[in-house]
Amino acid sequence: MSAQFLQYLFAGLTIGAIYALVALGFAIIYNASQVINFAQGEFVMAGGMATVWLANAGWPLPVAIGAAVALAALLGLALEKFAVEPARGAPVVTLIIITIGASILLRGLAMLVWDKNVHALPAFSGDAPIRIGGATVLPQSLWVLGATLVIVVLLAAFFNRTLLGKALLATSHNRLAAQLCGISVRRVLLVAFGLSAALGAVAGILVAPITFTTWDVGVMLGLKGFAAAILGGMGSGAGAVLGGLVLGIAEAMGAGYVSSAYKDVIAFLVILGVLMFLPGGLLGARASERV
Amino acid sequence: MRGRGLALLALAVLALPLALPNKYAYEVAILIGLNALVCVGLNLLIGYAGQISLGHAGFFGLGAYGSAILAARYGWPTPLSLPAAVAGVALLAWLVGRPVLRLRGHHLAMATLGLGVIVSIVIATEDRVTGGPDGMSVPPLAAFGVALAGETAWYWAVGALLVGTVWLARNFIDSPRGRALRALHGSEIAAEMVGIDSARHKLDAFVLSAALAALAGGLTAHYSGFITPARAAFLHSIELVTMVVFGGMASTFGAVVGAAALTLLPQILTALKEYEMVVFGAVLMLTMIFMPRGLVPTLEKALAAANRRAV
Repeated sequence: MSAQFLQYLFAGLTIGAIYALVALGFAIIYNASQVINFAQGEFVMAGGMATVWLANAGWPLPVAIGAAVALAALLGLALEKFAVEPARGAPVVTLIIITIGASILLRGLAMLVWDKNVHALPAFSGDAPIRIGGATVLPQSLWVLGATLVIVVLLAAFFNRTLLGKALLATSHNRLAAQLCGISVRRVLLVAFGLSAALGAVAGILVAPITFTTWDVGVMLGLKGFAAAILGGMGSGAGAVLGGLVLGIAEAMGAGYVSSAYKDVIAFLVILGVLMFLPGGLLGARASERV
Repeated sequence: MRGRGLALLALAVLALPLALPNKYAYEVAILIGLNALVCVGLNLLIGYAGQISLGHAGFFGLGAYGSAILAARYGWPTPLSLPAAVAGVALLAWLVGRPVLRLRGHHLAMATLGLGVIVSIVIATEDRVTGGPDGMSVPPLAAFGVALAGETAWYWAVGALLVGTVWLARNFIDSPRGRALRALHGSEIAAEMVGIDSARHKLDAFVLSAALAALAGGLTAHYSGFITPARAAFLHSIELVTMVVFGGMASTFGAVVGAAALTLLPQILTALKEYEMVVFGAVLMLTMIFMPRGLVPTLEKALAAANRRAV
């Protein structure tokens, strides 16, 4: 394995892990409500921007991060409570437009409350690159990969071991049956939006030292997260993670070996190819639509 | 009902100039007409056939750049370059539509989104032909030495085109092919059981909507004399779908009203300066929460209810 290849692989895994976190947010909300949440990218932005803002205000970084994640989770809860719940029973496409409205609103708020400038968050533990097999890795990349791993393990435990996690899964399989078992679907929806928003914020904070953050950083990250979720199979947690990593690696390899201007084209061609031959995504159900 | 709606639209187009105070107002009206053109087509696909597309800005951009490049770089006369661009886009839509339309729901959304993104990146990157991210200037629409210029001339041209397109779209919807589309929206399996070739009919709507988007794109480019890759980008696709849903799906006049409302709103909101995006987002959310079926169907229903009470 050449050092160059290794270098691209690390870059791809890092950004892929971020896409995976965003994709998990899409999957959790989709499972609970069938809604594709176009405001997911704005949670990513809110996490990064709030952390930068609080850190600049003199808060210690860990506290700022905690507060930013909590803020994003509150935004997620508010979105569900004040926008998605009142529109219950509306066609799914209407709900999607509501989330588009929310994303515009949140971008506008970010410009008002913060500013239009590009901000950098200091790396969590220095910028001294680490050499692995001829390639160099930034410590922040290790933070991204480590944190993603921890989150995936925690999420797996949450969905398989806790009552609330199982209630979420049950709702995604059959809403009515879940309701008949005494699961409060309204609470499940709230939890799904809060959890997704928190996940998005974590992704935004982890990536902020590498790619910087600004008021519209969520548009592209949200788009990629959605693409990763579809690539892996919408609604599948493992699929979201795999989709994110594949997308990140495809992008990094494309940028390295073909052309950096066309890296997104390569990523989307990979997705189109997968959709043509595996309509359910890499790990999704084989049926193209759930009935 | 049918004739009345169309007459109402024609009357609105005829009467509107009385209320347009200046050149700027004409400009906005022309933009509304061009956006409405896209939305009427997109509504055939989304509202009637029930197939989502998040990539129609790609077709819009291809129509715009296609005609602009043929005219500016290769010296084609514009009455030739515009139809050529529209035909090229229709052919492209026909080619990619066959495999893509086999997908459903969010997979179709993803695939069309991917196509749109690819188009916009290619346009922004191939700067020797397209001028890159800075955009390119576009020659005016002209035939036999006479250019279509001035806001009034454009207003009447776009207005006539819009009324004609709405008339055609309404006829299409009431034709056997339109009925087939609505049938497969209700249930694809049931539609196929009665002998409807769903793949063919979806492709019909897809190609038609892509061609209309390309036509509107080409006209927008020639009208404004300038085009940037932003018009082909993902956010513009989202904007177009939003117009259709906002106005009311499966309602041709809803598409026109949606285009008008969402073209006008940002123009009005510029007065709010930095609050513009916040208010726009809030208006969009509130409208969809309280009118989940869109403006026109909700108002129609309210009107019908009021009539019943009056009788």
